[in-house]
Amino acid sequence: MSANISKATKRPVRSGRTISILLLVILGFAITAIATSTTSVKLGLDLRGGTSVTLQPRVAAGGTVSSSAIDQAVSIIRQRVNSLGVAESEVTAEGSGNNRQIVISVPGETGRKVVDLVGQTAELRFRAVLAVGAPTAKTVASTKGALPTGVTPALDKAFGALDCTKAANLQGGSTDAADQPLVSCERHGSAKYILAPAEVLGKNIKSASASLDNTNAAGWYVLLNFDGDGTTKFGKMTSRLVSQPSPTNQAAIVLDGLVYSSPQINSAIVAGNAQITGNFTQADATNLANVLKYGALPLAFDRGEVQQVSPTLGSDQLHAGLLAGLIGLILVLLYSLLYYRGLGVVSVGSLVIAGAITYLSFLLLGKWIGFTLTLAGIAGAIVSIGITADSFIVYFERVRDEVREGRSLRTAVETGWQRARHTILVADFVSLIAAALLYFFAVGSVRGFAFTLGLTTFVDLFVVFFFTHPMVSLLAKVNFYASGRPLSGLSAKSLGVVTSTDSGKELS
Amino acid sequence: MALSGIGGRLYRGEKSFQFIAHRRRFYAFSGLLIIISAIALSTQGLKLGIEFKGGSAFTVTSNTGTIAMAQDALKSSGLSGSENIVQKIGSNKFRVQTGILSQSQNNTLQAALATNYNVQENNIDTQSIGPSWGKEITHKALYGLFGFLAVVMLYLALAFEPKMAISAIIAVIHDVFITVGIYALVGFDVTPATVIGFLTILGYSLYDTVVVFDKVRENTRSLTTTARFTFSDAANLAVNQTLVRSFNTSLTALMPVASILFVGAGLLGAGTLKDLSLALFIGLATGTYSSIFVATPILATLREREPAMQALAKRVAVKNSAAVASGRAVATPGASASSEVSERVETKIITERGPRNQPKRKSRRR
Repeated sequence: MSANISKATKRPVRSGRTISILLLVILGFAITAIATSTTSVKLGLDLRGGTSVTLQPRVAAGGTVSSSAIDQAVSIIRQRVNSLGVAESEVTAEGSGNNRQIVISVPGETGRKVVDLVGQTAELRFRAVLAVGAPTAKTVASTKGALPTGVTPALDKAFGALDCTKAANLQGGSTDAADQPLVSCERHGSAKYILAPAEVLGKNIKSASASLDNTNAAGWYVLLNFDGDGTTKFGKMTSRLVSQPSPTNQAAIVLDGLVYSSPQINSAIVAGNAQITGNFTQADATNLANVLKYGALPLAFDRGEVQQVSPTLGSDQLHAGLLAGLIGLILVLLYSLLYYRGLGVVSVGSLVIAGAITYLSFLLLGKWIGFTLTLAGIAGAIVSIGITADSFIVYFERVRDEVREGRSLRTAVETGWQRARHTILVADFVSLIAAALLYFFAVGSVRGFAFTLGLTTFVDLFVVFFFTHPMVSLLAKVNFYASGRPLSGLSAKSLGVVTSTDSGKELS
Repeated sequence: MALSGIGGRLYRGEKSFQFIAHRRRFYAFSGLLIIISAIALSTQGLKLGIEFKGGSAFTVTSNTGTIAMAQDALKSSGLSGSENIVQKIGSNKFRVQTGILSQSQNNTLQAALATNYNVQENNIDTQSIGPSWGKEITHKALYGLFGFLAVVMLYLALAFEPKMAISAIIAVIHDVFITVGIYALVGFDVTPATVIGFLTILGYSLYDTVVVFDKVRENTRSLTTTARFTFSDAANLAVNQTLVRSFNTSLTALMPVASILFVGAGLLGAGTLKDLSLALFIGLATGTYSSIFVATPILATLREREPAMQALAKRVAVKNSAAVASGRAVATPGASASSEVSERVETKIITERGPRNQPKRKSRRR
């Protein structure tokens, strides 16, 4: 008996401490969230409206995609998207290996522009300069009204109509046909050009690198190497241009329909090596080298998925998701209270605590790793209500089985736990396998589902070990449960327990 | 609390549903479902969403719009393919689905829709999927499915005896087949969300089977030494003992899923929520069914073929017929158990199907 007492007094103390620690941890998270002023969950575009574009690298059969090329593409696209000036737009790479994709998310209503902007995988072109003018110049005709060689009146008219001070004209992506002349802006809007048809294409460039000229103190320059075809064509082009008067001795490097640079040709370059000099900073030179090397993007991309959600639909989806979660939660709570009576208090507590931890995780993960809650994520969280419920059902049923075997509640709570723990671990393990597989195989928004499913499964394990079990242990000490009152959920009648003190025999 | 009290009776075997004895009925039922699924699949096929085959979808919200407006917009954009689908969703949403469009076709159609419905272009929700993306998604979905099945088989083979693993896998394949069949038959759209929901539920269904098999293993550990029950009896008891748990678990899993389905389909119409929850709903139903009515009976069928188990069945039969002959009924005399149960026991003696678990009550249920 003395052993029993010491056991009985020892266990609840430990349970109480476990629960206090759990509550402290939750409080700690809450304080962290408040301290870092993280007060709202980061919502995905499908919940607040916006446009997302997924780009898929085009890989030749058997080819591979290097992650550095993807990273480079990400930074190039990021520059393009940022030029829109929309706050909170994001460009990220997802997945691994050849399955890496670039996901561009822009909130708000600028959808069309983003889609048009990032879809370009335009190629680099070298075009001879026919005429240059100020950004808002009306014509390239001389004072006598003569047009430079190669410039038609139609081209001059188009030149006059183009305003290079307008941001809309500096986004690139105009129709840039290689065999046609082009009227185009310098990419920062500093000048306006009329350009001849392209003579050398980006694919003719074998390599390009940024170098620092230390000997002549000429600063950073870009070193170019052409392939065989490119050497011939570039040689022909430069031989012709070198003797031309300025500005027609310039070769414009055109990308996305914008003039990136228009170096003056100082000598005919027939060896296939060219240097582009200018007042480059290291960043400028590296950037230009990359552009020359990769064209618009280091890889060709296919537009995989384009999704545009209006803010109205976004808030509709958010409300629907929250409503569904609320209804599901209330149904499960009602059922567990009806079925498990007093023990239902533990289920309510478990679900509430699981909910609190999940919400705080959403908050903090949004802050720390940029987790965004999507509609699929909400669905994952709602489904996990079932998983959390399953854990305490397994446990309660085990405890009740033990009581049916004739054990006292206090013993049943512990022996039942030993067995239920194994089942719960196996169950959550299967869930985690499923979540991990889904996360790695799935694409796009569906990964959000897998992520929340995995996260909430962890939360479930945490809650079962640090709340449900200690709480039941504590309650087993309370007379209301220990003596099996009708409403405790552990009454002999509701369990169908037949004990030796059962009076049924005498009554019949 | 009738529902609650039944747990105790099931646990002790006083009340017993004959899952194993009637297995031929369940096999026949499952066989019928599988045949219907096969016919539906071969004649109708699956209705794949645009995510798999590529295409564009536009959703316009308009209180005064009509379907004709969308059809008009399609016509004026020069898109008259047979792939085009125009639907009205809910009270004020119109969804136009087309085949694969170029970016400029996309823009033209969006502009035409905006004009016809008199809404802002930005308020039209669009989704467009490139052709190669659809292939990629299809591959990933298939990898996901087969990867999952492979991992599951490996896990089961490690965690259980081979026959349990075989039974559980048959049950999982059974679920896959029937769910796919239901999708083909009813013509629900199959989207990536569907596949994901479905994979999730396979995990769930498998876990249900795991819990039952855990109990089967516990109950059959000392079968041959006592020679009181055949393997089928012990397995049947295990299913009955875990029935309340299976029921509660399925119900609590179903409630949130049903609320997503209700809200998703009712308020939003088509979309991730609806696709996901529909797959979960159907999968949950077939999964629960298969772990009770298919997995354990198959396990029993497989195990009963073993010579040791056949010998055991004979010994148990002899023991019980001797008991009957000596006038000692299998059921406790004068027991006030429900008439249903005693009837069952008597039927069983007459048909000499072999005995099953007997109640070992010390007294009657109140």
